[in-house]
Amino acid sequence: MSEALLTVDGLKKSYGATEVLKGISFDLKKGETLSLIGPSGSGKSTCLRCLNFLERPNEGEIVLEGERIGRIGNVAGHGRFMTDRELAPQRREIGMVFQLFYLWPHLTVRDNVALASMKADGMNRSDAYALAEQMLDKVHLRHKADEFPERLSGGQQQRVAIARALAQKPKLILFDEPTSALDPELVGEVLGVIRELAEEGRSMILVTHEIRFARDVADRVIFMDGGHVIEEGPAKDVICRPQMERTRTFLGQVGETSDLGI
Amino acid sequence: MDNGFLSVLATLLTGAETALKVSLGAAVIAMTGGLPLALSVVFTRIALVRVVIAVYVEWMRNVPALAHLFVLYFGLAAVGIRLTPLTAAIVGLGMVGAAILCDVFVGGLRALHVGQREAALAVGLTPLQSLRFVVLPQMLRLTLPSIGNYASQLIKDTSIASAIAAPEIMFYARNLVTSTFQTPLIYATAILLYASIVLPVSWLFALAERRLEARR
Repeated sequence: MSEALLTVDGLKKSYGATEVLKGISFDLKKGETLSLIGPSGSGKSTCLRCLNFLERPNEGEIVLEGERIGRIGNVAGHGRFMTDRELAPQRREIGMVFQLFYLWPHLTVRDNVALASMKADGMNRSDAYALAEQMLDKVHLRHKADEFPERLSGGQQQRVAIARALAQKPKLILFDEPTSALDPELVGEVLGVIRELAEEGRSMILVTHEIRFARDVADRVIFMDGGHVIEEGPAKDVICRPQMERTRTFLGQVGETSDLGI
Repeated sequence: MDNGFLSVLATLLTGAETALKVSLGAAVIAMTGGLPLALSVVFTRIALVRVVIAVYVEWMRNVPALAHLFVLYFGLAAVGIRLTPLTAAIVGLGMVGAAILCDVFVGGLRALHVGQREAALAVGLTPLQSLRFVVLPQMLRLTLPSIGNYASQLIKDTSIASAIAAPEIMFYARNLVTSTFQTPLIYATAILLYASIVLPVSWLFALAERRLEARR
């Protein structure tokens, strides 16, 4: 019944001699919010970027709703890698929100959100704009539709980036440290939007350093270190009652021990 | 025979037409050549392609344009390929321009954060769409001042085409001088003519830059 939306199996990634991912496997159920936490360099961002093939994994399988991502054919471990052109329709199914937003500065907020609807889906301009405004509504920024991104605060820019991902009508949204580049007072508005999406039952994977947010919003948490999954489970179990020593050490270092009574 | 200012101007204007033809033709070759070269440098995974382009660019940029024109006009003629002075000037300056703009565009592409392209791919655009709607508009905006510099330099450089007898402004000016000896009047008129072509072009680019600046 509750079959996995996304299956990741044995993901490996190396840069030269450095192996960054050493065999990552996990599932994501439909409507689930999964958070990847772990120290810098643990491979969590790389793992996320492999899911839509912005990084090409060396080994491993990624399957989204029965569709194999990034490789031709249906035999695991076989088939050539897709080109960026072949990947485009698959990436369209997967929204991505970057740490540094990467809004396109030469386009208005509205066009940032509407561009791919027009160019990838062939939607006409007025439909694409209507959809864009609906999505901007969701991040409470409809009134900024005519602005250029540079005129917005970091938090507003990140919310526009979220609207841009929502306009893809994605099966899955990836968040790559969405609040790490923000001034502290702007973090809340972005987390607020992500929380609303989680409550809507969106399927999301969130790489974050906001441990408390992960505990409160994620259904499940994966703790990664050194390219391995160290511990995985319901968010409150992993963060409040970690089983593994390395998880405990990490949570202690990021200052969550005293708050959580670990 | 009246050799007053207006008469001199009328003669030199014929040359201005050639100068404009050479400028436009060379600019078209420079743009349509420079952009693919720059994209190849930035996006190719084949090292040999980068090396070949680097050699071309260095060769074109480090030899005087006049020498390239001589090779195309006199050198090719010696092996039986006869180009008109106009064609040789357009092709020669165009090939140099492609090398100059290649460097300019490579700089512009490298100045763009890779994340801009990644974000375009991530929303499901193809590489070509990402280039067209996300990368190139930003790259052109970044490089507009350099393209403007190149354009005004190009117009001034058409004067060297007189050395291969392309009938442009300096060619007529020198002919007039040898037949009338009104040296100051003729060269002053030539200078005015160049300035009246180059200045508006520079202004246009400056205006375009300010327009784009204002939109942000």
